[in-house]
Amino acid sequence: MDESEFRVKRSSPASIAHQPLALVNARLIDPALLRETMGGVLVVDGVIRDFGTAIMPANLPAHARIIDCGGDCVAPGLIDMWAFIGEPGAEHRETIATATLAAAAGGVTTIVARPDTNPPVDEAAVVDFLLRRARDTGRVRLLPLAALTAGLNGAEIAEIGLLQLAGAVAFSDGVRAIRNARVMRRVMQYARDFNALVVHYAEDRDLAGEGVMNEGEFASRLGLSGIAREAEAIMLDRDIRLVNLTGARYHAALVTTALSLDIIAKAKADGLAVTCATSINHLTLNENDIGDYRTFLKLAPPLRHEDERRALVAALASGLIDAVVSDHNPQDVETKRLPFTEAEDGAIGLETMLSAGLRLVHSGEIPLARLIAAMTIRPAEILGLPQGRLEVGAPGDLIRFDPDEPFVVDPAKLHSRCKNTPFDEARMEGKVKLTMVAGEIVYEAE
Amino acid sequence: MVNPAKEPAFPHRHLLGIEGLSAQDIGFLLDLAEAAIEVSRQVEKKRSTLRGRTLINLFFEASTRTQSSFELAGKRLGADVMNMSVATSSVKKGETLIDTAMTLNAMRPDIIVVRHAQAGAVHLLAKKVDCAVVNAGDGAHEHPTQALLDALTIRRNKGRIEGLTVVICGDILHSRVARSNILLLSALGARVRVAGPSTLLPPGIERMGVEVFRDMRAGLNGADIVMMLRLQRERMQGGYIPSAKEYFRFFGLDEAKLCYAKPDALVLHPGPINRGVEIDSAVADGPRSLIREQVEMGVAVRIAVLEALAQHLPNG
Repeated sequence: MDESEFRVKRSSPASIAHQPLALVNARLIDPALLRETMGGVLVVDGVIRDFGTAIMPANLPAHARIIDCGGDCVAPGLIDMWAFIGEPGAEHRETIATATLAAAAGGVTTIVARPDTNPPVDEAAVVDFLLRRARDTGRVRLLPLAALTAGLNGAEIAEIGLLQLAGAVAFSDGVRAIRNARVMRRVMQYARDFNALVVHYAEDRDLAGEGVMNEGEFASRLGLSGIAREAEAIMLDRDIRLVNLTGARYHAALVTTALSLDIIAKAKADGLAVTCATSINHLTLNENDIGDYRTFLKLAPPLRHEDERRALVAALASGLIDAVVSDHNPQDVETKRLPFTEAEDGAIGLETMLSAGLRLVHSGEIPLARLIAAMTIRPAEILGLPQGRLEVGAPGDLIRFDPDEPFVVDPAKLHSRCKNTPFDEARMEGKVKLTMVAGEIVYEAE
Repeated sequence: MVNPAKEPAFPHRHLLGIEGLSAQDIGFLLDLAEAAIEVSRQVEKKRSTLRGRTLINLFFEASTRTQSSFELAGKRLGADVMNMSVATSSVKKGETLIDTAMTLNAMRPDIIVVRHAQAGAVHLLAKKVDCAVVNAGDGAHEHPTQALLDALTIRRNKGRIEGLTVVICGDILHSRVARSNILLLSALGARVRVAGPSTLLPPGIERMGVEVFRDMRAGLNGADIVMMLRLQRERMQGGYIPSAKEYFRFFGLDEAKLCYAKPDALVLHPGPINRGVEIDSAVADGPRSLIREQVEMGVAVRIAVLEALAQHLPNG
């Protein structure tokens, strides 16, 4: 979509809708209590005024706009803690405009943007730029992650205090793990003084080496070099020891193996301020889906063995995994239409994360409310955000979706600028019908 | 005291640190320094306490104010003063230090004032020589005359040390000034705080009897004395803080932050100051700054220390 056209049509999440709006006759999902009830939600001046069984057309203000959901689910808008947005520097892959449009269509109302852009988000001015661009061109909320180290160089602490004042929501070096333990220790010490959340992509880059997919039989059959699960576990283990030393707040951006889950479980049992996320891809796909060298399934970290996927789903169900992220990473055709080893990592995911997640619900692997919690209130709690909850006074960020509506993923219809979806032509059940940010409708399905 | 003449008022042969000094020892040196202030304020600045004695300033690390004030102190007491600045770059430090000590010892000095980049180096040297040794700073360990001059400055302006709340701010990790001050001020009954980013606080510092603050304003709240430290950027290979800009924003003393201290709070800095890094010029040059007075007190304290040690010199 052309941006000038977009700007005319866009709805700003910053502005507040003054007409009260009610979603009624809905299956309300409360992610805090992991509970579902029939009822409605009333949003006034951009915030949730009331919700529950009493919200029916008869009890609403006369001038309110009423939307009958016909028994569809209504939940808080999703918060995606890990997405690559092309701005600044890779606008050919994605812009805030296209990413937030895809997000709105997927029910994501808050995007947490990765800082490993070009230039990286390591200066207050870049944070400011992103927030202004999001205000002017974004359809949903965008919160920038800022760098942990200057220039993502893994050597010197970034200006964490100034970046935080500028509006950085948390700190990360993107997919560049910090190799040097001494640097990581100081980064954690320094971040702790500012109560800043350290979001780390745990990977021992030396051990991962030139690997391009999960290490094991399948990689060997394909003749591809593998990445051992230990590359993730070793770095995560180091990080947790440093958390213990420094008292930092730590979030593992993406865990993908049972080894990592054991480390997280122990850290949590020890009372450390440690949380973790996994991606929708790692919950719903495994290494076998790579099949015939499908580069759209070349991800970082790589898709793992089915046993690992099952362990991740179990950990999501138990609450050990706090959050599910899209790991949205748009790549244009030229960087994907290459031999597997040479192709770029990454898949788009903002628009399909809920539908893909519902696969786990339909297969009975996880209750719906638990899935929603990992995409709403848990990220909100980790990041200290007021949204992501069904609560009086919370921002009116809501979605309506039919969990059973079947459809086939058609890349041409996806809103992201790039079409590298791993769910190309996949059958899904569950579709977002309406997305609301601060009480304003930013997406409605035809 | 049965016979005061036989009992030296200062019972130490060297001054290697504040550690090991009693509150009485410290009080004695401060009283002596108080009296020594007048020496430098007169037209005739010469005394004869150290006449015929040899004082060697042995500085393995560059210094302006400490070296020159020891030199003046020695000269005003009548000693012959020799300055030796030793480059450390091309020598193996341990070996050279002892060799140098032995060489100097053979020249029969009476007092050696030593500064060295390594903690413990002055103690090592003191074991190898026959004369009195004064520590003018060893690594990040101690700088006792700085702590004494700070205490003298505070005492003259506040009338006391006991009961004051003193906050030492900034680069505690690399600071020998901080360690000596913590020991001295605690010994005299002040409440000592340290404030700085975690990366510049030595691990376990809270067990040295200080209150630790990672937020500058919280640390300043209610303080009588604000003691700023120089950000020792030359010792910062490996990134302890992001940038001078961010450091100044959160830990630099400007008038806005100083408002959190008591209205009559006074500001000290051992110098040399980094303007716009750890301290704003408006504060450094402002009415609550004691920075220049500290320099004057530095000469008085060093006169006092040399006088106190002179009691123990042979035939003294």
